[in-house]
Amino acid sequence: MGRIRNPKELHSYREGLVARRTGSKKVIAVCCGTGCNASGARKVAQAFVDEIQKQGLAKEIDIRPTGCHGFCERGTLVLMHPEETLYTRVKPEDVPEIVEKTVKKGEILEKHLYDDPVSGAKHIKEQEIPFYKHQERLILGKNGLIDPTKIDDYIALGGYEALAKALEMGPDRVLDEVKRANVRGRGGGGFPAGKKWETCRNATATKRYIICNADEGDPGAFMDRSVLEGNPHAVIEGMIIGAFTIGSDEGYVYVRHEYPLAVKHLTVALEQAREKGFLGKDILGTGFGFDVKINRGGGAFVCGESTALMASIEGKVGEPRAKHIHTVVAGLNGKPTNLNNVETWANIPLVIEKGADWYTKIGTKGSPGTKIFSLVGKVNNTGLVEVAMGMTLRQIIFDIGGGIPKGGEFKAVQTGGPSGGCLPAAKLDLAVDFDSLWEEGSMMGSGGMIVMDDKTCMVDVAKYFLNFLKFESCGKCTTCREGLRRLHELVTEIAEGRGTLDTIQLIEELAATVEAGSLCALGTTAVNPVRSTLKFFRDEYLAHVNEKRCPAGVCKALITYEITDACTGCLVCKKRCPEGVIKGDKKEKHVIDTTKCIKCGICNDVCKFDAVRVY
Amino acid sequence: MELSKVDAIVDNYRAEPASLLAIMQDVQDVAHYLPREIVEHVAKRISVPVARIYAMATFFGSFHLEPRGKHICTVCMGTACHVRGAKRLVEQLERDLKIKSGGTTTDMMFTVEEVNCVGACALGPLVILDGEYRGGMTSGSLTKIVEKLGKDEGGK
Amino acid sequence: MTVKFTINGEPVEAQSGQSVLDVARRYGFEIPSLCHHEAVTPYGACRLCLVEIAKGRRRKLTTSCNYEVLEGIEVITGSPAIRQHRAMVLELILAEAPDAEPVRELAKRYGVVISRFKTTRAVAGEGPRDCILCGLCARVCTEVVKADALAFNGRGDKRGVGTPYSEASAPCIGCASCASVCPTNRIVVKDTKDMREIWGREFALVRCDSCGAPVMTEAHRDHAVKLGPLPADYYKTCTACKRKSLSGRFAKVGS
Repeated sequence: MGRIRNPKELHSYREGLVARRTGSKKVIAVCCGTGCNASGARKVAQAFVDEIQKQGLAKEIDIRPTGCHGFCERGTLVLMHPEETLYTRVKPEDVPEIVEKTVKKGEILEKHLYDDPVSGAKHIKEQEIPFYKHQERLILGKNGLIDPTKIDDYIALGGYEALAKALEMGPDRVLDEVKRANVRGRGGGGFPAGKKWETCRNATATKRYIICNADEGDPGAFMDRSVLEGNPHAVIEGMIIGAFTIGSDEGYVYVRHEYPLAVKHLTVALEQAREKGFLGKDILGTGFGFDVKINRGGGAFVCGESTALMASIEGKVGEPRAKHIHTVVAGLNGKPTNLNNVETWANIPLVIEKGADWYTKIGTKGSPGTKIFSLVGKVNNTGLVEVAMGMTLRQIIFDIGGGIPKGGEFKAVQTGGPSGGCLPAAKLDLAVDFDSLWEEGSMMGSGGMIVMDDKTCMVDVAKYFLNFLKFESCGKCTTCREGLRRLHELVTEIAEGRGTLDTIQLIEELAATVEAGSLCALGTTAVNPVRSTLKFFRDEYLAHVNEKRCPAGVCKALITYEITDACTGCLVCKKRCPEGVIKGDKKEKHVIDTTKCIKCGICNDVCKFDAVRVY
Repeated sequence: MELSKVDAIVDNYRAEPASLLAIMQDVQDVAHYLPREIVEHVAKRISVPVARIYAMATFFGSFHLEPRGKHICTVCMGTACHVRGAKRLVEQLERDLKIKSGGTTTDMMFTVEEVNCVGACALGPLVILDGEYRGGMTSGSLTKIVEKLGKDEGGK
Repeated sequence: MTVKFTINGEPVEAQSGQSVLDVARRYGFEIPSLCHHEAVTPYGACRLCLVEIAKGRRRKLTTSCNYEVLEGIEVITGSPAIRQHRAMVLELILAEAPDAEPVRELAKRYGVVISRFKTTRAVAGEGPRDCILCGLCARVCTEVVKADALAFNGRGDKRGVGTPYSEASAPCIGCASCASVCPTNRIVVKDTKDMREIWGREFALVRCDSCGAPVMTEAHRDHAVKLGPLPADYYKTCTACKRKSLSGRFAKVGS
């Protein structure tokens, strides 16, 4: 069927799809998000297609390559519907046996089941796995059921019904619902979307723009990537509803250059949405017209800042501008522009479908709804996690994340990307929402959550973020450009054992000016990593300064590599040492010449006997 | 890359100055970098100063003004990968290939680059080799792969 | 439209569209700046012109060069906090512009004689010494001269300003307007009898028909004629000789 001309046709189209799909086919969803793709997911999906074909089962079984299921640590993930059986770490060579035993006979292959790293317990159903059990996957949940290149999968699940409902409600009632739901910006700012929409709507103009900010640049954060790759229609539907409410006919999705799969799936989704008549002129017979273009970022973190993003769409370098005049009043091409983050847009269809009363029951009073976090770093269950706002850091990192791997000890969690701060163990019981982390000098930000253990040096972490930010700064204002460069220099001095107490003092003084005087949020929040680590891990800085010691064993200038008595004399490290500074014959304990050692860490990497000690 | 192909790209965007970033990206997708003559040609076609295109090419990290090697080794430097030892991978590549990060070997075989988080954090530390994502890298495994690529090119 | 507000507690009046910086200076309040110039649009890069502006219950530190006056705002131009921030900004700038007289003087006024930061980028021969990245050269070249020969390049701590590829720039007309607005005298202009060398290029100089003094470069003249509205003849004499001939003509009027 081609164009859907009105809401009634949409209902009957969906009913037709559902009727054809119910009861008949089993669905095998293979996660093909970027993470699992890197583990060979496409080959796994192809192996299933081939095997099903070979066995003549194509009529009964649908192989569906989907977007990210979130449990990246255990990819490639294969989720079998309707049983909801989850197989993890599936390889192409496993597929024939899986088809033969599980698909055809219902036999569970234990070796593919998730096994808890602490208790050893195995789980069959996805929902029983602790990683998933504690989540509330309102947005990400659909990823397991949708082939993002097939709009019918989205429609069959109720997709675009929210749009039909919104068009019937009319802009005033939709705006009211979004305001009552208190949907706050998920990109990091937490600004109430309803209020933003209203200001944009009320700005006098003949033209208004809608933008989806998909320039997710926080290192370690990939929530938006997974939503765009796995369920682009949720974002598109949200944007259409927004455009209708605000009074816009032209929208842009600004996607980071480093996300080619997201661009591909979004392009396909937009084409299919146009074919069905959800985009273009006279949407669902209401006379309202809207369409969306994709702009790829050029590789600049600062373009996540809304004015820089808009400059880039205008063909200019991504330099932010002063915001005393807000972009909702004068933004892209000087016109009122409403910019929201990917996850924010994806929340909109849900709010319209289920209503503000339902939505505000989830999460906390100040932060309703859910938030997707990317839980990464030194944590057992790395991946994407969606929880109701208000869950504590402890619950997320330990109950869902499974705690620290390899017997390490929790040291800190970095939230909010380069604009956020590091929080220590003492703060693990803080509820995660827009407001609670602010007071401690961090922020929820876009959702990046990086767990660090006792082998992470907090001075090194501050150095890392300052290095990142001075490189990504647009360079326009003195405080940010020169300030961050100097802050990095000073922290490096400390990391290299050349710092004094005066260095710390100068860092604090300089940070105050960088924060107060910078043009945009990149500069003003850039001081958070160094400030928060100085606040909560001052002892570590003092060890570097007063004792010239790096307690975590990271800062090269302050550590020594030594071979212990566990050495068996196997010669491996000696052969691999790039500087040739390890001496010792076969079966003889090897010795590192510490005066020439460059601390590259290769000996530690290759030693099978754990005989290298770093102190 | 022939200028006629460049013209086709420019025409695709109706020679609009606002589409400058997209035009540069589409050109680089074909030419693998931005040759100076193409920069000057685009400047003429869309009536934008060369200085502005040069500003864009040096501002946005995805652009390269020099030709790159046949094999591109991109190390992810996202926070999660950093915490799992990404810096050591860069150092290993610099040692093995005798170039600095961002550079290309003189025989134009290898380019080493760093990128800020590609969003495959569970697999960190991650290296993208010729477009293929390789997770869980160690200095050892990386050296082996680079060695093999070098041998495949006829003994380096 | 008249706009009334206060600066440091004193009531002031301005026209809408004017900047807080311009109004404050008109009233004699001191606000330093290095990247500001009346010939080009304000840029807000140096961060020296920071003032505190209270609008209703909101109070923030913002650049005054690009903040248009609003009814009822309260502006503070020189609180201790602001002075401290300015001092730190000057310390940052001074580190890489140690030989620039205007920077040294301004820094001294704010109590900064030596910078605690090392001169690293502007080490002899390794980087542009004394370039404070105010962008006045590029902004004037684009907005006033309309030659577009210069621009910012790079990003972050690698940001620079100059000609594309750091080579001679074809659209450059050798007018040296960039050199005349550079606050740190960084742009080198070498004039000889017939030639000017600037930004790696040599330009033939047009000399005054009457007295032989340099008027402008040939490229500049051609550019000016192209932009119009004055004809090529106009550029045959230098300003001094033009004045002489004009005053001569005025003297004859009425006689």
